[in-house]
Amino acid sequence: MADATVFYTLAAAIVGFAVLVISARNTVHSVIFLVLNFLCVAALYVVLHAEFLAVIQVLVYAGGIVVLYLFVVMLVNLKRPPETHQDPRRRSRLGLVMAGLLLAQLAAIGGYSVTTAGSASAARATEAAGGNVEQIGWLLYTDYLIPFEVASMLLLVAMIGAIILAKREL
Amino acid sequence: MIDTAVIPLLKIVILLAGLLAFVAYLVLVERKVVAWVQVRLGPMRVGPHGVLQPVADVLKLFLKEDITPRRADRWIFTLAPILALVPALIVFAVIPFGPETRIFGRPVALHIADVNVGLLYIVAVGSIGVYGLILGGYSSNSKYPLLASLRASAQLISYEVAVTMTLVSMILMAGSLSMVQIVEAQRSAGVWFAFVQPVALLIYFVGGLAETNRAPFDLPEAEQELVGGFHTEYSGMRFAFFFLAEYANMIVISAVATTLFLGGWLRPFPNVEALWLLDLVPGWIWFLLKTFALLFLFLWIRATLPRYRYDQLMRLGWKVLIPLAIANVIVTGTAKVFL
Repeated sequence: MADATVFYTLAAAIVGFAVLVISARNTVHSVIFLVLNFLCVAALYVVLHAEFLAVIQVLVYAGGIVVLYLFVVMLVNLKRPPETHQDPRRRSRLGLVMAGLLLAQLAAIGGYSVTTAGSASAARATEAAGGNVEQIGWLLYTDYLIPFEVASMLLLVAMIGAIILAKREL
Repeated sequence: MIDTAVIPLLKIVILLAGLLAFVAYLVLVERKVVAWVQVRLGPMRVGPHGVLQPVADVLKLFLKEDITPRRADRWIFTLAPILALVPALIVFAVIPFGPETRIFGRPVALHIADVNVGLLYIVAVGSIGVYGLILGGYSSNSKYPLLASLRASAQLISYEVAVTMTLVSMILMAGSLSMVQIVEAQRSAGVWFAFVQPVALLIYFVGGLAETNRAPFDLPEAEQELVGGFHTEYSGMRFAFFFLAEYANMIVISAVATTLFLGGWLRPFPNVEALWLLDLVPGWIWFLLKTFALLFLFLWIRATLPRYRYDQLMRLGWKVLIPLAIANVIVTGTAKVFL
């Protein structure tokens, strides 16, 4: 019961902040709501006993990526009124397609979780196996080694690309 | 009920009250130490040798007029000091001040939470603190605070990389992310990690100086260039929040360095049996002594070294500390595998 209360409170906060992110007029306010949204998601991970994921969520998204967003928004958009979209109908059609895709994805996840075992037992199993830090580390370097390495290669390429774009002559 | 609610709440209240008092007195200690270095007396008028100066300062800050600039972004202007202070305080939740002790016959752990991602929690919460700086400078709607907040956050983000890298080598040493486990690892190793990882300690401390915007890296507060830093437009309690956050962050850096490198609550030479007399001093006193020694180093450096130039600061961070920290991780990992 208590778990459900916490979950629905957090879920409402997450959705509420997400709506505020896209409805806020001031872009800096948008970014702040995005941070709050990420923090609530992290809290949700804690409720699900995924402490490692929660901390990484805060560290990478709330504390890392969004800080850079804030820099860009602050410096590019200083004191300029928000621009109106050029063709609102084109945007809304694209939006409809995206929303449909998202709904389909959510339905698929919902269907999957109904057919497979609940997450509470998984959380207990993780606890028994000695915490999720060890488990995630173990899985990343055994079963998921190739995706892990591919992801790190991609990040390295992106990093080099960013440096080259920023400094054409070194 | 008592174990799950009353004792943790009591611990939080005691910790917060103690911390705020500690911060207030740290300001006095700083003024005194800097004064002694410069052959002055420092604050002398309020109470004997100025011991009541912090009380007077706090009263003054409470009673001062709280001004919001006319074209400031009101909400963010109020939010920023809170965002700066809260992360600095909640970090203390995972710092172990001592081993489990018996208070009134009841075993009490001298930390609020021992989560198995403690060290990552500290890094994550620390990374939230930068919002206070950025938003405080932005919302003031004034050019000097904006410039200062850009400097502060660029500096913080740059040095965070090196500091986090040193934490990786400490995790390799201890084999755990839990702060309590890290101290226990130093007990079983029989040596403080400072002696095994002196380079990591150096990088951590220099990075800590830069992250807290302390001298010689106090460019965000360079009065000659920027009036007074990102909090120029703040006054009254909201200014006090930024001030508290800065000093609380100094204590965080010192306390984490004590836990990681100086053996936390362990006595000096934990492996030498002949020094059993030192065990009569409770662990939390050792912890406070070590933390205070590091804080004194902060003040000593402030009174001794002149300020860096901005390009020197960035060069030191990116071209010296980060490569050194990465090399340290590689050497530590190699040594762990082959020794």
